[in-house]
Amino acid sequence: MILSKIQTLLNAEFISGQDANNLDIKFAKASDLMSDVLAFSKPYSGRNTILITGLTNKQVVRTCEIAGVAVIIFVRGKYPTEETVKLAEQCDIPLLATKMKMFEACGILYTNGVHSASPNDDE
Amino acid sequence: MMMNKSDVQSEVLFQQEFAIRGGDFVNAGESSCKIRNTLREIGIDSDVIRRIAIAAYEAEMNVVMYAENGVMSISVYREEILLTIDDKGPGIEDIDLAMQPGYSTATEEMREMGFGAGMGLPNMKKNADRFKIMSELGKGTRLEIRILLDDKNG
Repeated sequence: MILSKIQTLLNAEFISGQDANNLDIKFAKASDLMSDVLAFSKPYSGRNTILITGLTNKQVVRTCEIAGVAVIIFVRGKYPTEETVKLAEQCDIPLLATKMKMFEACGILYTNGVHSASPNDDE
Repeated sequence: MMMNKSDVQSEVLFQQEFAIRGGDFVNAGESSCKIRNTLREIGIDSDVIRRIAIAAYEAEMNVVMYAENGVMSISVYREEILLTIDDKGPGIEDIDLAMQPGYSTATEEMREMGFGAGMGLPNMKKNADRFKIMSELGKGTRLEIRILLDDKNG
């Protein structure tokens, strides 16, 4: 699913990186625990995974860079600091924000065919 | 399964060191990102890079969260990549306990940043082919993380 469709489904706005709105997103993970994001990170070759989170500090961006996550979507109306946005721009990671709760955002994306980035069979 | 013969270590192809400051949450993770970018530039396999970067990042965060300061070093050999982290800090009282997923001594501040879930050390071990941890109470901790390279990374 292209990123702009995700934006529409989640009623989200681009904070930065809008030019990446046609990235083809296949996987999503949702967590407020950065170690979980790292622990369940699987190797993906393309820019096809998003993180859904309510954490907005710089470490979220670093975690995504390390784990190979392409896009961050902030839920619950959380908005990142200027520092976070700046780092995300440097790392070429688009940021979006929605007022939806995490559960709702996940449900909508799952129903629309986005797969889990950390399936149960993960080793 | 092949026997590993890398006990006799060959000449180091690349080496880099990074100083890490305890409590420096603003720059935490920068060294790990640099390591990741450098390994990319020298053409290491992307899955190996991902595993090294994750281990480095968890280790770096541990130094920032718990220690006074530390040094992270990356060495690339023909057969393996060695990542070491030496810190000056409180040390780990019970290593077996610290290795248990979910066990954490993190403060509220660390948890608010999304860390301190008790996954750091288990996560490093999971991504390593060999993992060694040595700690002395009141002095510090040393981690050795090795990832073996096969021919395709040569």
